[in-house]
Amino acid sequence: MTRSRVLPYLLIGPATVFLVLLFVVPLVQTIALAFTDNGEASLTNFRKMVGDLNFGLSISNTFLLVLAVIPLQLCLALTMAMMVQKLDKGRDLVLWIMIIPLGISDLAAGLVWLTILQDRGYFNTVLNMLGLIDGPVNWLSYESPVSLFVGVMLAEIWRATAIVVVILISGLQLIPKEYSEAAEVFGASSWTRFRKITLPLLKPSIQSALILRTVLAFEVFAVVYALSGRNFPVLVGEAYAWQHVNQNNGVAAAYAILVMVISLAATLVYIRTLRTPPEMQS
Amino acid sequence: MSEATVSLRLRRVMLWSGIAVLCTWVLVPIYLIALGAFGGRSGVFRWPKNLLPWDSGLAAMQTFLAVEGVWAAAFNGAFVACLTMLFSLLLGAPAGYALARYRFAGQDAFRMLVILTRAFPLAILALPLTVTFIRTGLYDTPVGVALVHTALALPFTALVSSSLFMGIPRELEEAAWVFGCTGFQAFRRIVLPLALPGLAAAAIFAFVISWNEVFAASVLTVRNKTLTAYLLTVLAESPLHFRFAGGFLLILPSIIFIFAVRKYLFAMWGIANR
Repeated sequence: MTRSRVLPYLLIGPATVFLVLLFVVPLVQTIALAFTDNGEASLTNFRKMVGDLNFGLSISNTFLLVLAVIPLQLCLALTMAMMVQKLDKGRDLVLWIMIIPLGISDLAAGLVWLTILQDRGYFNTVLNMLGLIDGPVNWLSYESPVSLFVGVMLAEIWRATAIVVVILISGLQLIPKEYSEAAEVFGASSWTRFRKITLPLLKPSIQSALILRTVLAFEVFAVVYALSGRNFPVLVGEAYAWQHVNQNNGVAAAYAILVMVISLAATLVYIRTLRTPPEMQS
Repeated sequence: MSEATVSLRLRRVMLWSGIAVLCTWVLVPIYLIALGAFGGRSGVFRWPKNLLPWDSGLAAMQTFLAVEGVWAAAFNGAFVACLTMLFSLLLGAPAGYALARYRFAGQDAFRMLVILTRAFPLAILALPLTVTFIRTGLYDTPVGVALVHTALALPFTALVSSSLFMGIPRELEEAAWVFGCTGFQAFRRIVLPLALPGLAAAAIFAFVISWNEVFAASVLTVRNKTLTAYLLTVLAESPLHFRFAGGFLLILPSIIFIFAVRKYLFAMWGIANR
């Protein structure tokens, strides 16, 4: 039986080597890059990062965006998933339409909402038709941070809710119908059934959806860039700018470390707060 | 009509209006960027806008495609995405098979490594790779970008194929051994055909991940940009109708591919998350 002892290692070998080379090594390199200056260990890069005018703004913008977008996304996705579950006719078509944005990149989503929200765009056209405005209004400028924020929010919710829907529906399909049916026999309303049965059983799916979405949401960059250039600084956008405009790898790496630490912390928070007790795991 | 039927019918109406609203929310923005893409320069500056496609034409899209670099970037993007598809399948499917069929020391460590990548913003790790890639000659090449994109897609393909193989009864393989097939023959003739549709779906999803990725692709290339990276670079200095045409071109393949894999997506996620 030596063959079957060696075989699994031959099978996972290439993937392991690959992940070490393109995940572990760059991770270590990023840390090294961020914590050195001219070959010496130093915090210069972090000092430069914190001292930058856009630093505070990019932190608060990114966090506000995550805090505003993720809860709304979860609610919207739950609504979509529960509605689709109730359908029998046309389910496939409706599902496909709802998950189309899954394949749309953040850059493309930003451009989509730019057609709508630009000053001569469709949103203003509709407002004009309703008689609410007289001429083009600029919603995405530096001087209107609130509407710019809402614009970015809309684009993010529009684009990235689909992945949550997919994960939730996959989770819903694994919940046996009998639980809900039994509760119905005992007279539980549909809201009670949703809250007391579906939601707790869906917790593992909700957890993985939240982790995945939050990590990706802290990486938000191209949506914002497409809608407003650098008018609305976010963390990864600053990393990109330091790398490309200022040609400074070190500070870009410092931003990367910051984003990573935040993502890991968020993941840990989700794992702690949404832990499923072992007796509830199916 | 009894009261119960009325309330049942009312519920159906409410359900379908809710679904109509949500579908409109998804579809209308896509319709509008199509209008922007096919409306051309005159369409972009028109005020107020026409919400119906009367001023659209193919001319605007043709002008966009004639711009130098667009075709090359689109081709590059598709090439990188195909490479990503190939790499992530070649590396991920065997690993998935090992996870599904064997118990071995280090199994949990490997699974952990794969899952851990999900908690990291992987694309950002492309930053130090610029130096490595310049040294090894991978900088500014499709293969280099595809390698980074494979790191993004590989965890997904490995976990998905592991759950696919788990869904195929081991007895089928064992029966083939009894009839004299070697291990590899049994895999190729019995397991592979059964897993193929799911593997194809995972591969297509890897394509979409690569086609859409923008950060690593723009950091690691100068002249051989993918379409997404190309659009990001020229974004600031290009006119609006050009941006809209580009955005539409980015969306088009994704819609088709999501349509192709829609059946498998749910099964893939359902098990891949356990």
